[in-house]
Amino acid sequence: MLGSFAVLRKQSLLGDAISHAALPGIAIAFLITGAKDTNTLLIGALISGLIGTFWIKSIVTKTHLKSDTALGLILSLFFGFGMLLLTFIQKQPNANQAGLDKYLFGQAATLVESDVWMMAIVTGLCLIVMLTFWKEFKILLFDADYTKTLGFNTKFIDILITTFIVLAIVLGLQTVGVVLMSAMLLAPAAAARQWTNSLSVMVFLAAIFGAFSGVFGTAISASQNNLSTGPVIVLVASVFVAFSFIFSPSRGLLFKQIRVIKNRRDLELHKTLAFMHHIAETHKDISHPHAIKLLNNFQGYTKSTLQKLVEKDYVQINGNMWSLTKTGFETAANLYTKQSTEDE
Amino acid sequence: MNTPIENKTSSSKEKIAVKVDDLTVAYNYKPVLWDIDLEIPEGVLMAIVGPNGAGKSTLIKSILGILKPIAGSVSIYGKPYEKQRQLVAYVPQKGSVDWDFPTTALDVVMMGTYGSLGWIKRPGQKEKKAALEALEKVGMLAFKSRQISQLSGGQQQRIFLARALVQNAAIYFMDEPFQGVDATTEIAIINILKELRKAGKTVIVVHHDLQTVPEYFDWVTFLNVKKIATGPVKDIFNDDNLTKTYGINYKVSIQE
Repeated sequence: MLGSFAVLRKQSLLGDAISHAALPGIAIAFLITGAKDTNTLLIGALISGLIGTFWIKSIVTKTHLKSDTALGLILSLFFGFGMLLLTFIQKQPNANQAGLDKYLFGQAATLVESDVWMMAIVTGLCLIVMLTFWKEFKILLFDADYTKTLGFNTKFIDILITTFIVLAIVLGLQTVGVVLMSAMLLAPAAAARQWTNSLSVMVFLAAIFGAFSGVFGTAISASQNNLSTGPVIVLVASVFVAFSFIFSPSRGLLFKQIRVIKNRRDLELHKTLAFMHHIAETHKDISHPHAIKLLNNFQGYTKSTLQKLVEKDYVQINGNMWSLTKTGFETAANLYTKQSTEDE
Repeated sequence: MNTPIENKTSSSKEKIAVKVDDLTVAYNYKPVLWDIDLEIPEGVLMAIVGPNGAGKSTLIKSILGILKPIAGSVSIYGKPYEKQRQLVAYVPQKGSVDWDFPTTALDVVMMGTYGSLGWIKRPGQKEKKAALEALEKVGMLAFKSRQISQLSGGQQQRIFLARALVQNAAIYFMDEPFQGVDATTEIAIINILKELRKAGKTVIVVHHDLQTVPEYFDWVTFLNVKKIATGPVKDIFNDDNLTKTYGINYKVSIQE
């Protein structure tokens, strides 16, 4: 759901960076409290995720570095630091240490009821904020400079969006883990974008795709032994994406290809018709028959195109001769002259 | 064509719509704009001309508070810009946004009403009506439900113009509205600009085509980091100022 905003901001990698940046937060929270209480750990993740994000933003605005460079830098820095802390924790004589690495790849099986409640509450909160500031989110995503001239505090909107993206990521960490979280954020949004040209529908679809990936993924992993849930969920989400890329009616690869082929056929047909029109024009009587052989001079001509023209009632065939019908002549004369008006 | 201007310049209580004082802007070390003083009288159709990198867009963006200047101040009708935002509309460069964004032409134009709506409140019937009227003015009503990526460059520019018209402002800033549009759109846009001037609005346009300056505009500012000259086209649009601005011996024949 919130992933839609990340995708549209062309900050897709931000999710990756945030989830990696959350790792040292988890480790530090554990070091300070010495306990493995989920909420404390997640608050640690939230804080370090936010720090990482705003570092990235300030690097981009204050230096010449491009945002992908900044993302990569922060991502590896925080992840490296997080790993270092994890190894350090493992050497500590603390019985609680085991299990922190579940945040790396996620482990949905370790979720308890209170975690689920927590997720539901935060999701509800996100939903409310999103609906309240829908107009502001939308215009900021589309045209930030313009938003500023209208008198909106763009910084505030920006921080709001970013905070909720970070929040969503941190919550997902337990399920799919640091490494795969960004896929969970982006895959539903990327899939949804294929199906619609409306922002609201896109966000709605993304939420549904995300939810289905979760449900199916969990079901599949539960039915098989030794399949960890997180990766299966991500794989299911990827299937949604692949399916959308191929089969979406307006943007999908399949229908695009079909349209290209169809257009080419139409063009061939039109070219043949235009050629015939050209020949027919030399006679006063348009229905004057001409030899089919004449058409062999023309490249695009095949028997099947002629057949199709006959089917469309543009052309009549009589033995070895063809002639244009009245409709055929008129269609040919008007081809591509009023193209712009009839286009769509 | 020149009569309204002569009235204004000769009248003693000429109103200043936009006043810029000592504006200096720098991105890193080099100043992009240096100590700009500018007074734009009400009701003019003004072109800002200058070579690439002269700071034309930067000037507009810093007047509008999108960029933060190092020094200087801007006032709109005698008050600071921040208090007069509702009097000002902005048409950004077409290339500044992602036209693949999932939204329709009407939706984009509706964004022009967001400023007067303020926070949280949603646009309603009134806003929709205003947006439709603006679309009609720019001749794009038939395309209202069209996804914006399926519009041509000229149509996208008209959508941006309509979005600014919806704001019903007194002063319009436009960043290269004629860039990459065909002749039909150019004529349509300039007609709208002239209508705005007729309605007493002030229009400031970053412009590239020097040939059309005398035909389209009545006021001009030459800019190249520093302000070279500003005033009525018929007085200051000459080879001397062009040479000063562009650094080469420029000859533009001005047909009066």
